[in-house]
Amino acid sequence: MKELRLMKGNEAIAEAAIRAGVDGYFGYPITPQSEVLEYLMAEQPEKRTGMVVLQAESEVAAINMVYGGAGAGKKVMTSSSSPGISLKQEGITYIAGAELPCLIVNVVRGGPGLGTIQPAQSDYFQSVKGGGHGDYRLIVLAPASVQEMYDFVGLAFELAFKYRNPALILSDGAIGQMMEKVEISDQIPRWTNEEIKKMSPWATTGKTPDRPHNIITSLDLDPHKQEDFNHKLQAKYREIEKNEVRFEEIQTEDAEYLFVAYGTSSRICQKSIQMARAKGIKVGLLRPITLFPFPSARLLELSKQVKGILTVEMSAGQMIEDVKLAVRCSIPVEHYGRMGGIIPSPAEVLTALEQNFL
Amino acid sequence: MAENITNKDIVKEENLVFKKTSLFTEKPLSYCPGCGHGTAHRLVLETIEEMGIQSETIGIAPVGCSVLAYEFMDIDMQQAAHGRAPALATAIKRLYPEKFVFTYQGDGDLAAIGTAETIHACNRGENIVIIFVNNGIYGMTGGQMAPTTLPGMKSSTSPYGREVISMGNPLKMTELVAQLPGTYYVTRQAVHTPGAVRKAKKAIKQAFENQKLNKGVSFVEIVSNCNSGWKMEPVQANEWMVENMFPFYPLGDIKVPAEQ
Amino acid sequence: MAKVKGSIVVNIERCKGCGVCVPACPTEVIALHDEVNGKGYHYAYMANPEACTGCANCAMVCPDAVITVYRMKVNE
Repeated sequence: MKELRLMKGNEAIAEAAIRAGVDGYFGYPITPQSEVLEYLMAEQPEKRTGMVVLQAESEVAAINMVYGGAGAGKKVMTSSSSPGISLKQEGITYIAGAELPCLIVNVVRGGPGLGTIQPAQSDYFQSVKGGGHGDYRLIVLAPASVQEMYDFVGLAFELAFKYRNPALILSDGAIGQMMEKVEISDQIPRWTNEEIKKMSPWATTGKTPDRPHNIITSLDLDPHKQEDFNHKLQAKYREIEKNEVRFEEIQTEDAEYLFVAYGTSSRICQKSIQMARAKGIKVGLLRPITLFPFPSARLLELSKQVKGILTVEMSAGQMIEDVKLAVRCSIPVEHYGRMGGIIPSPAEVLTALEQNFL
Repeated sequence: MAENITNKDIVKEENLVFKKTSLFTEKPLSYCPGCGHGTAHRLVLETIEEMGIQSETIGIAPVGCSVLAYEFMDIDMQQAAHGRAPALATAIKRLYPEKFVFTYQGDGDLAAIGTAETIHACNRGENIVIIFVNNGIYGMTGGQMAPTTLPGMKSSTSPYGREVISMGNPLKMTELVAQLPGTYYVTRQAVHTPGAVRKAKKAIKQAFENQKLNKGVSFVEIVSNCNSGWKMEPVQANEWMVENMFPFYPLGDIKVPAEQ
Repeated sequence: MAKVKGSIVVNIERCKGCGVCVPACPTEVIALHDEVNGKGYHYAYMANPEACTGCANCAMVCPDAVITVYRMKVNE
C-alpha cells in the first residue's frame, strides 16, 4: 500500500521534488510559499538523494541559478509567490529562449504590487501568455488539491524535458497552505551525469572530443535566424497544444450551464453545482488542468450543449478571455470573481450564475 | 652562418615558441582593434588547455562586449542575463562540484546590474573563477558611463566628464569582494604589455588551480582599454590607461591565500 | 657563440592593425604595413626581420592572437 501523509500543499511540492529525483532547488522566502524552502532545508535532501538546496539572495538570482542548472542538463526548480515571480520573469524568458526544461512554482497571492499575502488567481495572464518579453509560452499546470501539488511536480518535469520548455505550476495561497491527505510515490533516483549526457546531449557538461562545444544562449543577432528560431518555438507550442491538453469535467453530461474554473475556484464551484442541482439548475464544471495548453476544443464542443458559461476566478477576469476565444462568442460567457485575496463562497457563485443566466 | 639564415629556415615546427591556443574557435574575434578582451580570452583558454580541463570546464558569458565569448571559446558555455553570471555559475558548480566553472564579465555586467549576484556568490564562497574585465565604460552599447568610470572621465552619458557630486563615485568591486570571507584569491591585472600579460596569465592559472582546493572564489580583475568608447587609438588608449586607470585601480594581488 | 634568431608569422587577414605589438617589440622589428588586408587594416609585418629574437612579446599582447613566433639557435 502506498504511503499516506497529511501535508500542506507547499510541503507536498517539496517532498515531491525530492521523490521525483530533482537535482537542485533554488529559492527565496516569500509568503505564502516559504514552506517549500523550509521543508527542504529541514529535510536535508542532500543526505537522501544528493539534491542541492540553496537559499539565493533574491528571486532573480534563484531563477538564474535554475537557468544555469537547467543548461547543464540537471532537473532544477524554483518556487515563489506573485511578486517574486514577477522578479523571475527575466530568467524565465531566457530559459524559454534557450529552450531549457525546468519547473517554476507560483503560489499566487493577490496583487498588483505587494498586494496581499492572501490567495488569488490574478497571475493567469502572466502565466499563460508568457510573462516576460518575447513570444514564448510556458507549460502551465493548475493543481486543485494537495495531491495534485504533489503529482504535478513529476508531470511538470516530464513535460518540460519532453519539449525542452519551462513548466509552471500555477497554484495559489489556499492550496499552498491547506492540509490534505497525500499519497506519496516511490523515490525516483536522480539521473547520473552519464545519463544526463545521453538524454540531453545539448547540455553544458564539458566539451568532449566527440562533439562540438555546447552553447546555451537565447541570443541570435541574425534576424533571419532569429525569426526561424521563433517559428520553431511556435511550432513546438502548437505541438504542445495538440498533445498535452488536460482537464476534468464534473457533471457536464446533462449540463445546461457550465462553470469554468481552475485551482481553488474549481473546488468552490463543485459545491455551487450541488446547490444549483438541488434547485433544479443543471450546471457542470470544466476544470482546466493545463492552462497552457488550454482546453479550447472541448469548450467549443460544450458551447454547443450549454446555454451559458460562467468563469469563476479569483481575479478581475483573466481566463474568461481564453474561454470567449474558445467558444468563439457563440454563447454568453460571463465572469464572477473576487479579488484582493478573497475566495468566493459557493453561494455567491450560484447567485452569479442565476443573475447572469436565469 | 647567421647572416645566411632566412625566415624560411626559422619558420619550422621545431622552432615554434608561440602559437594561438587550439581552444579558440575559428571565428574571428568581434572585438575592436586593440581591445584587451581578446588577450583576456586567450589567457583563459591557454590556462584551460595547459591544465587539460577542456572537458571539465563550463564557462558563463555575460551581457556586454563579451556576450559572444562562447562563439570564440571552444568550451561548453552558457550566456547569462545581464549581471547574472555568478548565479548560473553557483548552480552549475554545486550541481557538478568536480567541474571547473568560470564567469567572464565586464564592469557594467559585474559591478552595476550584477552587483548582488557578484557579492553574494563571493560571500557564499562559491568555488568558481570570476574573470572581471574592467574598462571603465559600457562598450557594447556605445560608451556609456559605467560604475567604474573615473571621476571626470567622459562617456556618452557623462559627456562633460563624470561629476561625482551628481553621478556618484566609481566602484572598486575588487577591493570590495576582497573584504568578503568567501573570496580566496583576489587580484588585479592588466594585459597591455608583455610583462603584464605574463603576470595576468599566472594569476588566471592560479585562479583555476584554486578550484581544486574548494576554498572559495578566485577573482581576477583585468583593467583593460576601450579604444572605441574612450575614442582613442589603441596604443594611445593603453597609455591613457596606465596614466589614469592604474592610479585608481592599482595592479597587483589584493588578497592572496595564506601560505600553506 | 650561439645567437638566437627569431621570426614571426602574421595571419594577415585576421590582423586588425591595432599596432599594440609595435611598441611591445624590444628590437623594433614590427611595423604596420603600408598596404591593407581584405578588411582594410594596415596589418603588422616584420619591417626589420633581421632584428627579431623570437621573444614572443608581440604575440603576448596581440589581442587577436594572429602572431605565431619561431626561434632558433644559430652558431656563429
